[in-house]
Amino acid sequence: MPKVVFITLGGAERIVDARHGESVMSAAVRNGIPGIIGECGGNCSCATCHVYVSEDSIDDVGPAGDMEDDLLDLGVADRRDTSRLACQISMTDALDGLTVRIPEEQA
Amino acid sequence: MTGTLVIGASQAGVQLAVSLRDCGDDAPITLIGDEPHVPYQRPPLSKAYLHGTTDLEHMVLRAPDYLADRDITLITGDRVDRIVMAATGSGGEAVTTSGLHLAFERLALTVGARPRLLTVPGSDVDGVRYLRTADDATTLRELQAEATAVVVVGGGFIGLEAAAVARAQGKTVTVVEAGDRLIGRAVAPVVSEFYLAAHRRRGVDVRLGTQVVEVEQRDSRISSVTLSDGTRIPTDLMIVGIGVEPCTELAEQLGLELSGGIVVDQFARTSMATVVAAGDCTVQPHPLGGDGLVRLESVQNAVSQAKTAAATLAGRHQPNVAVPWFWSDQYDLKLQIAGLSRGYDDYVVRGDVSAETFSVLYYCNGELLGADAVNAGADYMAVRKALTQGATIPAVAAADEATPLRECIIPTAIGA
Repeated sequence: MPKVVFITLGGAERIVDARHGESVMSAAVRNGIPGIIGECGGNCSCATCHVYVSEDSIDDVGPAGDMEDDLLDLGVADRRDTSRLACQISMTDALDGLTVRIPEEQA
Repeated sequence: MTGTLVIGASQAGVQLAVSLRDCGDDAPITLIGDEPHVPYQRPPLSKAYLHGTTDLEHMVLRAPDYLADRDITLITGDRVDRIVMAATGSGGEAVTTSGLHLAFERLALTVGARPRLLTVPGSDVDGVRYLRTADDATTLRELQAEATAVVVVGGGFIGLEAAAVARAQGKTVTVVEAGDRLIGRAVAPVVSEFYLAAHRRRGVDVRLGTQVVEVEQRDSRISSVTLSDGTRIPTDLMIVGIGVEPCTELAEQLGLELSGGIVVDQFARTSMATVVAAGDCTVQPHPLGGDGLVRLESVQNAVSQAKTAAATLAGRHQPNVAVPWFWSDQYDLKLQIAGLSRGYDDYVVRGDVSAETFSVLYYCNGELLGADAVNAGADYMAVRKALTQGATIPAVAAADEATPLRECIIPTAIGA
């Protein structure tokens, strides 16, 4: 199973096993990663699963879709080039070891 | 220390238990649900799960290990039948169907709602199904796989989502709605009209102002339904989605105040000091300050009100004043609702209804109440943001489609 590394606000690392095809949000919520809420269950409706993808992975993860782009623009406090909604990142073996950071606003 | 008993292990119950731990409460927490499954998300049941593109293991709300790590005892597949409050008025004991006796100091009711039943001649035959639980949805998707024709009773969100799935699977689909428009309780006529046209465009036979008056059977399975206008429609399956009724049996036992649900205040307190309630089973003051009590059947409210209830149990005051939001997926149409449009006296339509990309902003006395957005996420988020900030978007500005709504958000003038 591909692993996701979450860096929480205090800098602590939490490593979680994701199922194939599972979203980063779902893996986080199932395992209670603080700061990833995912209120809408992965529906791209709530913008409560904002993460910063590590610089070296952002190209593999790819850009936000249109709907996600709108949510990031309006729904999060500090959008950056590496901002994504975790519910829209589907885990594959190619992304094994993906590192994402939880933004301050959600911590 | 006997701790907290949370009855109902769905969205609100799980959130309440986890949030109570987050509040620093270290007394025992027991979470009990009558379904045999680990707590899961309900919204996909009428969407991806029914369609067969996701499974329960992907819908788990919190991993059992996580709940165990947080010292939350989860009991599934058992039901609380009886609650006896202690004579001192603080705490009591709950007795389950399997005979467990669960003592508690504090009680949280997150018992949800159940489908309203259709009672017409023949409505108890095989092939008449409801959609609330994972087991309901599992049975339904098996039956649907074999069906060629499906009748959906009720043109609300559940019915229309189920109709959309059945249609996407190539079934012959008829929607029978007693009212004169679709989703009548939740959206304005302009949006109802849109969904009527959208379903018809995709080949669904929608009948408004009509009811099923009888279900006919052959070999003890449904074979057709008769409508109030005399039409008979052959079908292999009937899905009933005519609303839900809050589960209030336990609240009645306790003598709690009821009014179409368990009455709670903005701190999720029932009429009994040591009992809180959250989610679909409650009615509560309008979170944005409107008149009267509202019952909000949504994930957003379940989560927000459960956090409030947990805070109350932990001795903090954190009112449930979050901006309500809601969504519904039908075909490639994503409806997102922010705020509550109830009581509007004016509305503005932005975008192109015929192109299936538009939003409707609702106003009362010029004040922004909310919006329904179809495939218009930016408008939805802009309205949600404005409401969250206590700001507004003037109707005149909203009508100017050349300007993004986000640029139209202005603070509400104090005393204006």
